[in-house]
Amino acid sequence: MHATEATTTLRREVEICNACRYCEGFCAVFPALELKREFGEADLSYLANLCHNCRGCYYACQYAPPHHWGINLPRSFAEVRAESYQDYAWPPSLAKLFQRNGTVVALALATGIALVLLLTMAIQAPGMIFAKRAVAPGEFYDVIPLWAMQIVAITTFGFSLVALGMSVRNFWLDAGSERKLTIGGVLYALHDIATLRNLGGGGHGCNDNSERFSMTRRRLHHAMAYGFLLCFAATCVGFIYHTFFGWAAPYEFFSAPVLLGTVGGIALIIGTVGLFAMKLVDDPMPAARKLLGGDVAMLVLLAAAAKTGLLLLLLRATSLMPIVLALHLGVILTLFVTLPYSKMVHGLYRGAALLRNALERDQAPLGSGGG
Amino acid sequence: MHDLTKTYDVLVAGGGNAALCAAITARQAGASVLLLEHAPRAFRGGNSRHTRNLRAMHSQPTDVLTEAYEEDEYWDDLRRVTGGITDESLARMTIRASSGVFGWMRDCGVRFQPSLTGTLNLSRTNAFFLGGGKALVNAYYLTAESLGVAIAYDSEVLAIELQDGAARSVNITYRGYPYTVQARCVIASSGGFQANLDWMRHYWGDAVDNFVIRGTPYNRGKVLKNLLDQGVAMVGDPTQFHAVALDARAPQFDGGITTRLDSVPFSVVVNQHGKRFYDEGEDVWPKRYAIWGRLIAQQPGQIAYSLFDAKALPLFMPSVYPAVKADSIGALAEKLGLAPTKVQETIAKYNAATGTGKFDNSQLDGCTTVGLDPPKTNWARAIDTGPFYGYPLRPGITFTYLGVRVNERAQVLMENGHPAGNLYASGEIMAGNILGRGYLAGFGMTIGTVFGRIAGQEAARHARN
Repeated sequence: MHATEATTTLRREVEICNACRYCEGFCAVFPALELKREFGEADLSYLANLCHNCRGCYYACQYAPPHHWGINLPRSFAEVRAESYQDYAWPPSLAKLFQRNGTVVALALATGIALVLLLTMAIQAPGMIFAKRAVAPGEFYDVIPLWAMQIVAITTFGFSLVALGMSVRNFWLDAGSERKLTIGGVLYALHDIATLRNLGGGGHGCNDNSERFSMTRRRLHHAMAYGFLLCFAATCVGFIYHTFFGWAAPYEFFSAPVLLGTVGGIALIIGTVGLFAMKLVDDPMPAARKLLGGDVAMLVLLAAAAKTGLLLLLLRATSLMPIVLALHLGVILTLFVTLPYSKMVHGLYRGAALLRNALERDQAPLGSGGG
Repeated sequence: MHDLTKTYDVLVAGGGNAALCAAITARQAGASVLLLEHAPRAFRGGNSRHTRNLRAMHSQPTDVLTEAYEEDEYWDDLRRVTGGITDESLARMTIRASSGVFGWMRDCGVRFQPSLTGTLNLSRTNAFFLGGGKALVNAYYLTAESLGVAIAYDSEVLAIELQDGAARSVNITYRGYPYTVQARCVIASSGGFQANLDWMRHYWGDAVDNFVIRGTPYNRGKVLKNLLDQGVAMVGDPTQFHAVALDARAPQFDGGITTRLDSVPFSVVVNQHGKRFYDEGEDVWPKRYAIWGRLIAQQPGQIAYSLFDAKALPLFMPSVYPAVKADSIGALAEKLGLAPTKVQETIAKYNAATGTGKFDNSQLDGCTTVGLDPPKTNWARAIDTGPFYGYPLRPGITFTYLGVRVNERAQVLMENGHPAGNLYASGEIMAGNILGRGYLAGFGMTIGTVFGRIAGQEAARHARN
């Protein structure tokens, strides 16, 4: 992690926090920072990625703006976090995609949809596109051949997995724990990831946009994240059905892939639309303005994936199916391609930071009391 | 919404913990309430925004307090720190009431945390607010707003007009404009006067220019002075205040908790002439930090310097400003603006007097100097391992003891001993009745909460009769 204006600002702030410690009940960040007296860039990157942006500390802070110390941890953490995404990105030449990330993801989405539509048009005989349809096995592959889907999916998703893996490796080498991995530590971290315990402000919820505490954000994030996982599970089950049993899509409504995808898609829409709505009534003070684009772009992309998927389910027996299928696959392609260069990476670094936190959680804070 | 032309049942002067407890309680009892906070919204809450916990009696462990802390032990602690300058019946009433505030506080949205670190090991006696005092104040304001308490920020109460022992009207400025407001009852919860340097100068002369005020700049004591000028009975020594050792680089106001320094017991403290003046290792820091503000206030220039070496640096909590660092004692003295030869001489004499016992920072280790005046009776270890560090120290004023006399119904008493008809007080403006001297962590919040609730109850009852 490089020294920048953002890390300099954050260092000054966490040094003040370390002398105060009033917020230590809110989340894992404060006990973690109490283990240090001096904060290198790697420490700041770790703390920034450990922060879940619940904002409890901002509204509780006696030194928040307009106090002359102007402590605004949620914003400072977000800015360092964003810079850390660039620093750890692989290959480094693509790190620039994190600048103006909203524009990048939006352009990628437009390109992805257009590309898949055009290719579909190109490989289909004229008139076939709007031909009458019935829900029959292999129907989708009439529109876009299976081999085309598989080649594109495996290459793009495969590359993204490698890029994500290399990125999180970069993070761990720079800001990870020097301790050995333990099963207990991994389980502790998985529990934190699964429950978003640290998005709960010590069990009372987040400060969404005021001094008021609420569980709205945590619940919406759960809807989004678990919805996404259900959709991913639907894809995996479909893959297994096809590869091992030879059952070709589309499947009946009461089949595992369709049910998983439907429930997941609805949850994903609730989560993303809800989180987007929260951005509209956000308190601008603790928010990092320049990250808004990338955040919103990812919400739009995920919502688009869910909506086009559900639309495909609704319209798969109509002549609009090929268009909607192309649309859906265009969105999914964009998701695969932008995976390592979008807000999606936050989950990975957050998970790694939670793992370091879990491995080091038995350490005692430096210094004794004061009044 | 507030309406300054309306006659409210209860007017609360102030916007900290005691004022909020009074306002919410009065509103819950059915009164219409106007709360006037001097600070703008961002700095609301008086000194409560810098607090962290509340001392509470309890006979068995709770989710936020460990073991037990019974009335007699609590009272003993209070009697000891005040040296008897207290009112036993008011004190015991407050102590007993402290065990019953949690349900109400939780109903008002106040959240507590399990005690962790940096807390002077107070988890037995004190319940900690999640996020500290500003979070508590936020919760109370949200509750007050939702109950329909009218709240006006940027509203300074200048005078409460008393006639025949009763409050008739209240003169204020609201956003810089003067208003006269009517109310059936008035609760004064506007704090002490420690931020009023002109008033402090009266007793301390130009030394006040070297004092740091730890809390809000809005505690000007205007209501306090106004009431005392109108024949209200006084409690507390006006010249006295609670002060701790702060980093001399702290801002003049509102530095709060972060500028206090815990280095003293593991260091040698010299004045601006490079001379030691008090036993730095007299007792564990939680029992001694409150006397060091006064000790420094009595030194020339109201400044002192805590000097230590690399061995001591990891032993105490960091403060907000980094220590001044140098490779030799002489260079350190120079950086701190002290005469190097004087400081070298002091350290050499001190080092020569050390060498007994086994150093142990976790307890009174009996590592004492021999033949040194003043002695250092614990943690006396040679300062010999570079790099060397130093902090400049100034007295940091937390609160003043002067207040108005009250009875157990939070009624303000006149000099003739009679209670004012419709005037009540809660919080620091009357804390001197109970804590006339010394300091007990979290007790100010206890007094504010207990008397705030009594004042709110009594005022609402009086106004609605």
